[in-house]
Amino acid sequence: MKPMKLAALLTVIVTGGLLLFATSDLPDWGDPLSPANASDLSTYYIQDSRDVTEVPNLVTAVLADYRGYDTMFETVVIFVAGLGILSILGQGKCEEPLAQPVASEQNRERDMITIITCRLVVPIIQIFALYVIAHGHYSPGGGFQGGVMLGSSFILIALTSGLPDALKRMSQERAIFLAGLGVLIYAGTGLVCMALGRNFLDYEILHKLMGGTGVKARYDSMLIVEIGVAFTVMAIMFIIYAVLSSKGRMRGGL
Amino acid sequence: MIWSFDIIVLIFLVIAAVIALSVRDLLASSMVLGIYSFLICILWAEMGAVDVAFTEAAVGAGVSTVIMIATVFQTTRKSKD
Repeated sequence: MKPMKLAALLTVIVTGGLLLFATSDLPDWGDPLSPANASDLSTYYIQDSRDVTEVPNLVTAVLADYRGYDTMFETVVIFVAGLGILSILGQGKCEEPLAQPVASEQNRERDMITIITCRLVVPIIQIFALYVIAHGHYSPGGGFQGGVMLGSSFILIALTSGLPDALKRMSQERAIFLAGLGVLIYAGTGLVCMALGRNFLDYEILHKLMGGTGVKARYDSMLIVEIGVAFTVMAIMFIIYAVLSSKGRMRGGL
Repeated sequence: MIWSFDIIVLIFLVIAAVIALSVRDLLASSMVLGIYSFLICILWAEMGAVDVAFTEAAVGAGVSTVIMIATVFQTTRKSKD
């Protein structure tokens, strides 16, 4: 065992040293001439994205418009990850009572103060999450962050009032439906663009359906796909928590 | 970029990482990982990458810590090695 540990230590030190050596080739922080700042593509994003998309937050414009494929498949990855966890650990619906009641379900006393405080906090979290989703065009945020916050508000309910209470508000079926709906909204937006004769996720052509100019259509479509992302992320975050905290039984919980 | 602030955060990052690896109690370990995520989030925000910092705070420090703690409660709490 000892020589193996020594070999592992040596490998780690050599790899770490190589990585540290390689960082000396990276451009300085905030270097205006670094490839990330000075390439034609970055210059185009920085100079033209405001005129072409009307979105002041450049990050959102790049994320939801220029690199729409990337964001769409990130959403699909989250969707597939959630379904994977559900199909590996989940045990389907548990309508009939188990032979032995789950230990944490047995006359567990829950603290009144935490329950009531969290009930007061949850609506605020959810409204702030909606703000983050809707305001992603102007400030940091967007579908992912807002979706995680929405999901965590349900997790908060599950933590304080118990998983059954949270599942009453967001059942397993509803969560799977919402997760699928989110991916459908995103991919559907892309398909509508294709149906109108442009490339997949080329939002500009959507002005034929929405009215207004092509610039406005890009602006609005970004909000639509962010909402799709938020649906998927919210549902999957909650599902992952629900499955992991109850060993897949979808009851009991922490 | 404020160098002194950066160095303090980086030192705490290393300390948090070492604690998370060496502590035997997996619950404490996952909580320290939450602190690690939050320190990284401060670092992102300080470098101007506010969107990344926001995601790190929501996903790394928030939800994934809760998910890890939920998992620890369903397994053994003590690390075996």
